[in-house]
Amino acid sequence: MAKTTSWEIVMGLEVHVELATKTKIFCSCTTEFGGAPNTHCCPICTGMPGVLPSLNKAVVEYATKAGLALNCEITRYNKFDRKNYFYPDLPKAYQISQLYLPICRNGGIEIEAENGGKKVIGIHEIHMEEDAGKLVHDPWTDSTMVDYNRCGVPLIEIVSEPDFRSANEVIRYLEKLKAILQFIGVSDCKMQEGSLRADINLSVRPVGSEKFGTRTEMKNMNSFKAIARAINGESKRQIEVLEDGGEVKQETRRWDDNKDASFAMRSKEDAQDYKYFPEPDLIPIEISDETIEQTRNSLPELPEAKRQRYVSELGLSEYDASQLTTSKYLVALFEQNLEAGYPAKELANWIMGEVMRLLSDSGREPEDMTFDYSYLGLLIGMVQKNEITRNTAKKVFKAVFEEGCDPVRYVEEHNLKTVTDTGAVKAAIQEVVAANQKSVDEYKSGKEKALQYLIGQSMRALRGKADPQTVTAILKEILG
Amino acid sequence: MNLETMTALELGAAIKNGEISAVEAAKFSLGQIDKYDKKFSCFVTVQDDVLQRAEEVQKKISSGEYTSPLAGVPMGIKDNMCQKGIQTSCGSRMLSNFKPTYSATAVEEIMKAGAVPLGKLNMDEFAMGSTSETSFFGATKNPWNVACVPGGSSGGSAAAVAAGECFYALGSDTGGSIRQPASFCGVTGIKPTYGSVSRFGLVAYASSLDQIGPIAHNAADCTAVLAEIMKQDKKDNTSVATKGADLAAVLNADVKGTKIGIPTDFFGEGLDKEVAAAIEAAAKQLESMGATVEKFDMPIVKYAIPAYYIIASAEASSNLSRYDGIKYGYRADDFEDLLDLYTKSRSEGFGMEVKRRIMLGCFVLSSGYYDAYYRKALQAKALIKEAFDKAFEKYDLILGPVAPTTALKIGENLSDPLKMYLGDIYTVMMNLAGLPAASVPCGFDSKGMPVGMHLIGNYFDETKILGAAHAYQQVTDWHKRKPTELVNM
Repeated sequence: MAKTTSWEIVMGLEVHVELATKTKIFCSCTTEFGGAPNTHCCPICTGMPGVLPSLNKAVVEYATKAGLALNCEITRYNKFDRKNYFYPDLPKAYQISQLYLPICRNGGIEIEAENGGKKVIGIHEIHMEEDAGKLVHDPWTDSTMVDYNRCGVPLIEIVSEPDFRSANEVIRYLEKLKAILQFIGVSDCKMQEGSLRADINLSVRPVGSEKFGTRTEMKNMNSFKAIARAINGESKRQIEVLEDGGEVKQETRRWDDNKDASFAMRSKEDAQDYKYFPEPDLIPIEISDETIEQTRNSLPELPEAKRQRYVSELGLSEYDASQLTTSKYLVALFEQNLEAGYPAKELANWIMGEVMRLLSDSGREPEDMTFDYSYLGLLIGMVQKNEITRNTAKKVFKAVFEEGCDPVRYVEEHNLKTVTDTGAVKAAIQEVVAANQKSVDEYKSGKEKALQYLIGQSMRALRGKADPQTVTAILKEILG
Repeated sequence: MNLETMTALELGAAIKNGEISAVEAAKFSLGQIDKYDKKFSCFVTVQDDVLQRAEEVQKKISSGEYTSPLAGVPMGIKDNMCQKGIQTSCGSRMLSNFKPTYSATAVEEIMKAGAVPLGKLNMDEFAMGSTSETSFFGATKNPWNVACVPGGSSGGSAAAVAAGECFYALGSDTGGSIRQPASFCGVTGIKPTYGSVSRFGLVAYASSLDQIGPIAHNAADCTAVLAEIMKQDKKDNTSVATKGADLAAVLNADVKGTKIGIPTDFFGEGLDKEVAAAIEAAAKQLESMGATVEKFDMPIVKYAIPAYYIIASAEASSNLSRYDGIKYGYRADDFEDLLDLYTKSRSEGFGMEVKRRIMLGCFVLSSGYYDAYYRKALQAKALIKEAFDKAFEKYDLILGPVAPTTALKIGENLSDPLKMYLGDIYTVMMNLAGLPAASVPCGFDSKGMPVGMHLIGNYFDETKILGAAHAYQQVTDWHKRKPTELVNM
């Protein structure tokens, strides 16, 4: 194939999300992350002989919520099926899942497309299932140990249509998905803890081709950045294979983010026959129209609706509104202080500016913000009342963000209040003017830069605690 | 007082009245086990705390805590029901070292009624078989003739009751595993409606068909046991609320006006003439007691065996996958890697019949065959249910043979699985339909082996079935006869 061919990437996503129910899907063990190995399990989630599953109704409720928030049709008559395969982390040697009648179908969410317009990513289905345990390899003893704590943690698998054409689209979809699921409270979606995991089905085809290429499935990406790298890496690999006249093999590949490359795990030929059949230990679940309506009414305002409201009612910019609504935690920070009476635009500026910058500098996610959200409001209030300068406020916020300090106390303890005594300000400036005769002369001969220098020196002498405008006015007055 | 001829309810009453203590009763049963079990091999495990338990039960009877008519009566539990701290082997090498940390709900319920469990009863490996010969612990022998099988898979349960080693037993029935051994051993057994007894703690063979039930000397005893264990259980999602079993109603029942249907298709090729004659005679007897008996056609019978073996094997292949040598149970000594560990442990841990059904089950569920086999079998299952629904519009009870023959010789069927499977022709339909059905002693063949009649009722009609059986047992004494081998000892 000629090297001039331009290629189109086609992708579909399978996203596994751990539901935030208190107990597991088929027993009453806790779903809490972590814990010493094999302390969050019982005979049921470890599949001992003779035990039976009892369905946790909250799982159905959470899955229904997710489906409604993702614009899906809800299946009224649900069944569970068994997916059979052998692996040490799966103690029953089958996973209770849904194949034939998944709880949600035919949904979708809107994202921004590459061309700047809107694009709907279709959701083929969402099904409920149980998570497996974890294998821990011990290199010292060269043995593998099994931790069953995660066995039976409820999952939903959200299967998209093959609607993605770029890594950016995938990331935007995942961000939106994560925001929605966090907003409705069905999952904390922490990728680091594995409560949101995405597998990517990827193929490439010449631009303009109608036919899908052969796809690979990629697993083991644990951050959005890794996902973007994996997509770029895998699409390049496939294009190279095709351009060299080869064929892409249908297989499952494991992304190794350290090596920036993917490796084949198993090919289609070794693909397992899961021998699905209806789970005989669980009776079908019927979901009534009434339940669906109740669930729909119980949903909080979703990010998209919030975004629109922030623009139309609060006058935020499109950009600020859409950034704010990517996270339940940013929204909480914003809305909590909005309710306390602080102005929307000022709050948005702070969040879009300082909060985002500190998050990005520290490599943290909004859910990792540990400070009391009301502190941002208190800080803004102090600026509004001219108790501190904007610059001081930024410094104080860093301490709030990093150490959770109470800003009011911090300002007092560090003596950061704006100097409001104009006499004291004037005295300080006069000293600066006296000590910088050269700059004074330069200013008088028309060099504006010299004024900036003098302002800076004055602010420094006042340890930043004076209002810069006041300082400028007094300085100009002294200099005549 | 002759304990050897006493029923469970008679013994329960004697204990309640203080004529005998629970400890004395337990000592008697342990003596019976000592005397007979070497010959019949009914028990896989005899508990070492029987007398302690009996003492504790006696105290609670005396203090009025245990009021069940069965309190203090020694009994046995099929070895596929978990009992906390007691080896639960399922007759398999695979679980020969397995002691659960929990008890089956049915076991818990019967314990709450003051049962004194003697131990765990032998069975076909994982309840797969109709002869109790496939047990890792060796074959159980029929107390009527030790050269014969006791039937299966609850062969240990039926033989132990017949031999007087226990007063009643819990069995399980997936395709006839209570009824066929009851028939072969001349005792009474009932598989209740699917969902009426919790399956929690019953090691699964085929989850959609498995059901726990009693085997005892007569219908009244069976009713008393059912009354204790037919309870809805939130630990079993498929369990349902029922009206239970009503002992007073059973004891006062008659069959006047009871409409009994006999499917002509139950009397086709393969049915032993002497068995047919015993069933016909039982029908006449019931007629003479005031029932109306009518024959009707039920051609759906021919789908029963294939549908049953497809569904049961499919579910079994999945249910038994957990025995992989990783966490508990048998693990091969030497293995190269994970696959080798699985393969060797399962090859060595399971017997021939279990492996046959696992392979059959994997085949019918495999991609490309599911529609041809499993889906078709589910359709046949639905048709069988429909046929019974229709029959029960006309009849109160359905009568027929339990098995086409009386007990076969040991080894006779083991080499010919297809022949063995065909022996389940009359029993599997009730599991597919989920209906309650009992086996009630109704005669003997010319070799002196017992014949059981099959009484099938509509959903939750356990009381009606057992009432008719009790009425029949008031005027017949087949159930009271003592096994030949005991008489000869």
